Amino acid sequence: MIDPTVKSEAGTKSEKGIFARLNRDTLDHSDPSDYMEKFKKGISPQLVAHISKDKEEPEWMLHQRMKAYENFTRIPLPNWGPNLEALNFDEICFFAKAADKKGGYESWDKVPAYIKNTFDRLGIPEAEKKVLAGVGAQYESEVIYHSLENELKEQGVLFLDMDLALQKHHDLVQKYFMKCVPATDHKFSALHGAVWSGGTFLYVPSGVKVKKPLQAYFRMNAMNMGQFEHTLIIVEEGAEAHYIEGCSAPKYGSNALHAGCVEVFVSKGAKFRYSSVENWSKDTYNLNTKRAIIEEGGTMEWVGGNMGSGVTMLYPCSILKGRNARADHLGIAFANAGQIQDTGARVLHLGENTGSKITMKSISKGGGHSIYRSDIRIAKTAKNAISQIECDALILDPISVSDTFPNIKVDNNSATVSHEARVGRLNEEDIFYLTSRGIEKAQAEAMIVNGFISPIVRELPLEYAVEMNRLIELEMENSIG
Amino acid sequence: MTQLLEIKDLEVAIDNKTILKGVNLTIKEGEVHTLMGPNGSGKSTLSNVIMGHPKYQVTSGDILYKGKNILKMEPHERALIGIFLAFQYPKEITGVTLEEFLLAAYRAKQAHTDPDKPPILVFRFKKMLREVMAEFKMPEDFAERFLNHGFSGGEKKKAEALQMAVLQPTLAIMDETDSGLDVDALKTITANIDKVMRKREKTGVLLVTHYQRILKHLEPDYVHVMKNGRIIKSGGPELAHELEEKGYEHL
Repeated sequence: MIDPTVKSEAGTKSEKGIFARLNRDTLDHSDPSDYMEKFKKGISPQLVAHISKDKEEPEWMLHQRMKAYENFTRIPLPNWGPNLEALNFDEICFFAKAADKKGGYESWDKVPAYIKNTFDRLGIPEAEKKVLAGVGAQYESEVIYHSLENELKEQGVLFLDMDLALQKHHDLVQKYFMKCVPATDHKFSALHGAVWSGGTFLYVPSGVKVKKPLQAYFRMNAMNMGQFEHTLIIVEEGAEAHYIEGCSAPKYGSNALHAGCVEVFVSKGAKFRYSSVENWSKDTYNLNTKRAIIEEGGTMEWVGGNMGSGVTMLYPCSILKGRNARADHLGIAFANAGQIQDTGARVLHLGENTGSKITMKSISKGGGHSIYRSDIRIAKTAKNAISQIECDALILDPISVSDTFPNIKVDNNSATVSHEARVGRLNEEDIFYLTSRGIEKAQAEAMIVNGFISPIVRELPLEYAVEMNRLIELEMENSIG
Repeated sequence: MTQLLEIKDLEVAIDNKTILKGVNLTIKEGEVHTLMGPNGSGKSTLSNVIMGHPKYQVTSGDILYKGKNILKMEPHERALIGIFLAFQYPKEITGVTLEEFLLAAYRAKQAHTDPDKPPILVFRFKKMLREVMAEFKMPEDFAERFLNHGFSGGEKKKAEALQMAVLQPTLAIMDETDSGLDVDALKTITANIDKVMRKREKTGVLLVTHYQRILKHLEPDYVHVMKNGRIIKSGGPELAHELEEKGYEHL
């Protein structure tokens, strides 16, 4: 057990705070899913058409979905990375509704109790009261709750369910939807384009600075569920915002699939941070695509913690299009028994003086396999671009594995690229040193692990840093062999 | 005076190579012992074995602390009953500050000795730590630095002595705490050893060194000389002076 109070003075307060009660049961708990009887497993053109009809979508979206479906059937599984052959698409439920309320309820009191209980346990309504400016909550395929502070509404900020955004802000959605991540990109972006449902739409008008974070939480509850939420974020000139994504699902011992898509458009001089704490159950395939396009002088920051899922393939991507645009990628991946965490970053430098910094930390334990994979490209046009890459791996026992696959391609002489990679093992001497002061071995190990990831965790808002440390602690609880 | 530490015919091996070949040593409450000897004689091994380092195998003999056999105890359990080792080469732990580490250690000890008392509040601990640091003439930001990370040799030794002063052990083993220190730092540390250990009753110190220098500041009650895994000679402070003149060779 780790003592969360040692982290910081402020940490003491949150010991009793929002996520303090978080435990394995909270995350693994499944609620009744009687509603699933109405929904079939497997994917077909009929299902794709049905989803579109159910959502009363415009014709172009149906057309786009059908085209994406064709691409999905045509494009093979990736020929690199973890083996995905055990993922059986016929066993996955691609679309299921636990409640029928378009756009979600406006008050937690109206959310059906069996759904609300889950989010209560996860601390979402409480976080909303205390630290957030707005919340979206998705359960299975659709959003069941959405809120935004009135002050922000008055400033023209839009924060709503993606399905509803397509109805209410049609032109804006049409202009940007899957323009950053096309459905032809790879098999899972194609799948996403065909069956996407729910997710979040965030629009921050020029010059508006949203101080408090906005959060969306994605929960899968039923067995063999597939979740394909679409997150579309537009941050206009000089605007600023911070969005936090959380996710979890109960464990059934049978495959679940998450193939979400995140598109972020960062305009001139705008600043956006996307934080995520991902904790899907260990039978989930998390094959997520996240990408941002950053215009002149804009800043994009990705902060991510990947704790859950059986197989994760996730490489947030920044396209530095305008001059002086910059991207910061910070990530932690924890691969425990039976997990493959294939994570990393992609950065495409197009504009002059663009800068990127990538800091990735991975932890492997109990036979887990963590892989850092990156693709950094500096185009001819990106004069004086700078890219700084640091990846550190910590291996906790002799049966766990860590690999690094960096790919860097530089097409001009004025660019500066540095890449540092380090692999360390949990050291007997370090543990002895800490335990010799009266600290138990498991706590000493957790201290070292928390120290290792602290440069990234401290970038999260305090409450979420506590949650992250708590999740690490849960992973560390089974003593190291 | 009761016996604090009793080492009987201790034989210790690492990777099947015998390093300690029958060590006998008794430290009573209130005593300061110095263990001297050339490099490689087994001094550090003895220190680590008393603390319970997992890489050494005790092949025979016993270590008793306050009459109780501690050989089966984990290092943290030995710490909780009052044993402290100031390391010759303290480890650098990044991401963990000296302060948060010491708070965790302090709370662990508190929970052991005073299980009914609530854990010390962070601000109280900080205040106490700052006071002890001032005695060691340490800058305030020292507590917020990562544990031993980027510390100079002297700073590491000071940090070890600081930890000792905060945790207030009953038996302190100081492994080459004097090496790498300038005279001022040495004086500060020995003054604190005196203050923390000798001024309190019922405590004992085992000072491991191969220099006589520290003994000018901290007069031991007993001096032992170790060579090839055995204590080959024991005596009073005069033995240290004899060693200074004649070296280890003549023994």
